[in-house]
Amino acid sequence: MKLRSFALAAAMAVIGTGAYADCAFENTTTVKSLTAGFEAWKAVTDAMAECGNVEAELDQEFRQKQPEAFAANPSLYHIGGVANSTMVPLLNAGTIRPLDDLVAQYGQDLSPNQLIRVDGQIYAIAMMVNAQHLMYRADILAEHNLDVPTTWDEVLETAEYLRSVDAVEYPLGATMKTGWNLAQDFVNMYLGHGGTFFVNGVEPNVNNEAGMGALEMMKAMTAYMDPEYLVSDSTYVQQQFQQGKIAMANLWASRAGAMDDAAESSVVGLVEMAAAPVAVAGQAPASTLWWDGIVIASNISDEEAAAAFQVALEGMDSDMVQANNDAAVWLIDGYTPGRLAQGAIATAVAGTPPYPASTQMGLMHTALGNNVADFLTGAKDATATLEAIEADYMTAAKEAGLL
Amino acid sequence: MKTKTFIMFVGPSVFLMFLFIAAPLVSVFLQSFQVTQGVFEEVIETKCTPGFPAQICTEEASVRRVLDDDGNPVSQTSWVGLDTYRTVLDPDAVSAAFDEGGSGWSQLMTIDFYKALRFTLTFTLITLPLVIGTGLAIALAVNRCVESLKGPVIFVSLLPFIITPVIGALSIRWLFIGDGIMTALLENWTGQDIAMFAQGWTIELLMLFYRVWHVAPFAFVIFYAALQTVNQDTLESAIIDGASRWQRLKYVVIPHLMPLIIFVALIHLMDCYRVFEEIIGFSSQAHVISLQWLTFDYLTPDDSGNRAISRAAANSMLTMIGIVILLIPLLRRTYRDHKNSSH
Repeated sequence: MKLRSFALAAAMAVIGTGAYADCAFENTTTVKSLTAGFEAWKAVTDAMAECGNVEAELDQEFRQKQPEAFAANPSLYHIGGVANSTMVPLLNAGTIRPLDDLVAQYGQDLSPNQLIRVDGQIYAIAMMVNAQHLMYRADILAEHNLDVPTTWDEVLETAEYLRSVDAVEYPLGATMKTGWNLAQDFVNMYLGHGGTFFVNGVEPNVNNEAGMGALEMMKAMTAYMDPEYLVSDSTYVQQQFQQGKIAMANLWASRAGAMDDAAESSVVGLVEMAAAPVAVAGQAPASTLWWDGIVIASNISDEEAAAAFQVALEGMDSDMVQANNDAAVWLIDGYTPGRLAQGAIATAVAGTPPYPASTQMGLMHTALGNNVADFLTGAKDATATLEAIEADYMTAAKEAGLL
Repeated sequence: MKTKTFIMFVGPSVFLMFLFIAAPLVSVFLQSFQVTQGVFEEVIETKCTPGFPAQICTEEASVRRVLDDDGNPVSQTSWVGLDTYRTVLDPDAVSAAFDEGGSGWSQLMTIDFYKALRFTLTFTLITLPLVIGTGLAIALAVNRCVESLKGPVIFVSLLPFIITPVIGALSIRWLFIGDGIMTALLENWTGQDIAMFAQGWTIELLMLFYRVWHVAPFAFVIFYAALQTVNQDTLESAIIDGASRWQRLKYVVIPHLMPLIIFVALIHLMDCYRVFEEIIGFSSQAHVISLQWLTFDYLTPDDSGNRAISRAAANSMLTMIGIVILLIPLLRRTYRDHKNSSH
């Protein structure tokens, strides 16, 4: 009953602000945007569209298109949606413009946290943060009188107990699909062990204690997971939660909303959020902070850039946030963090480092994604795996001209 | 036919083949001997990212792409000879695997190229007899079918062939992944927990099954058409001579079909050596990769926009060489037959 009235109130709130973000100015220039396609971008581009003459393209494969499209002259898009990592190729190619002037002129409402600076110049406006953090079935833990784990060792103990009492099909889930996901899990765990990926800027540095620790911990986790973990991406883990098959997982904050989606989920209200567990005492949680935001192309006229920037700001204003409060962990004024955002915020507050996006990190991420599986399947031991990662990285870095 | 008419008929397709087949091939061939590198400068970079409650700014040594006066990134191309091939084939790692202290075959199988080659070859060579056998079996069965049923049976047998390969692979994956209905059914029968995607060999089995299911109809159509032209007089005289059904098949039908069996084998080898959809469809990268997938992987840009064009070019040249080597025995046979028949 309580839930229903709450839902009703929420629905009323949305309808009440139905005419939200009537655009503050009339846009007469055609503005095109290319962004990822998840819920938060849908909300932002819908709000941008109210200014008129906006053509929004939402595409999960945007990272393949964006560098080429922005390199065209004139650029094929005015506004680009990026995350920390996908901004790198645009910065490298010089196809996005510094935004300091535009921020000074139109950006009074932006909070300092939103301004993404590279070497002192603003290149992007962030709108939300994302991080992998612990999601757990509060009902299962409570039933067995278990505390919420705060370290990975505790996660393993809890998982061991849940398995011994057969509380759930698989105690753990993880985004360990070979490739990008698996590499991302290693990045989290490696940074959580206090590792750094490079020395002297570009020389690889994973064959060390932290690398060993990260691999061993990942291997230990797999004992409590669905044996098909090497094909398990974010959606797979989300569905495992929704179908009640797992009890804990380190999953993206942007997936939290799906746990309470009554249309898909059989565990509405039962999944709670907490900070990402710590790998080694004294270190920050084993996770990385990501942001999503907008950039403006450089190969367009200044007038177009000004129009595009204003449109983008209209898309990211407080009205939009209030209407879509739970779609993301927003950085925008007017956001009130709900129950589902607690995990991401706790993870960030505990000092989790940002994902170290750079050209060399892109190569490293690929090398990790192609090699970590060999250790998990037993094809290589830890040392050989870490050596192979460094060797793969060296090959790629030489070919790219970094070394 | 007059030479002029001949040229006018053939000219456009020769031109298009040159434009879309020969030219890209030459370009890839050249690229496999070149490396195009970005020019980077070392910088100390300050980066700020959102955090709670305040921004996190880090200052670290990094590299940045050098831009020219027009704001375009500078890159340089150099000829590197066979270096890229050496990187892909990695002879040092191969000799290390078979040296003392190396674990031989299993160590060789951790090098991408050989891992991919092993799968590509076994996949091609195992599916080849299965496709031809199954195709022939269906063709013979349909040929003996009641006239009124032939149409529907042919239609149904052709269905797998008209399904888009990736979609077909995905359908089979969804039947078996996690607690897919087929896995659930198998678990019910055997009473065991089955995970088809947890180890390489089960995924390979699914891939083999999928490929045979998908391609057998092609062999079937070809063989079925050829069966209509088997000389009935020869067959009848074979019956009068007391030949069993098996003997008729072996001494009359198969020799008649032989040129087409070779044709199907040629097409299948060429197609199958480029195995790719299965890897993507079954997302088997952790356990099984193919040569074509390796090229794709080199070409796919990472988040930071890096891609390994040279290695992709070298790898596709090696793939092409592999196909040619596989085809040589069949082409020699066809050539010999052709020569004999022309005498």
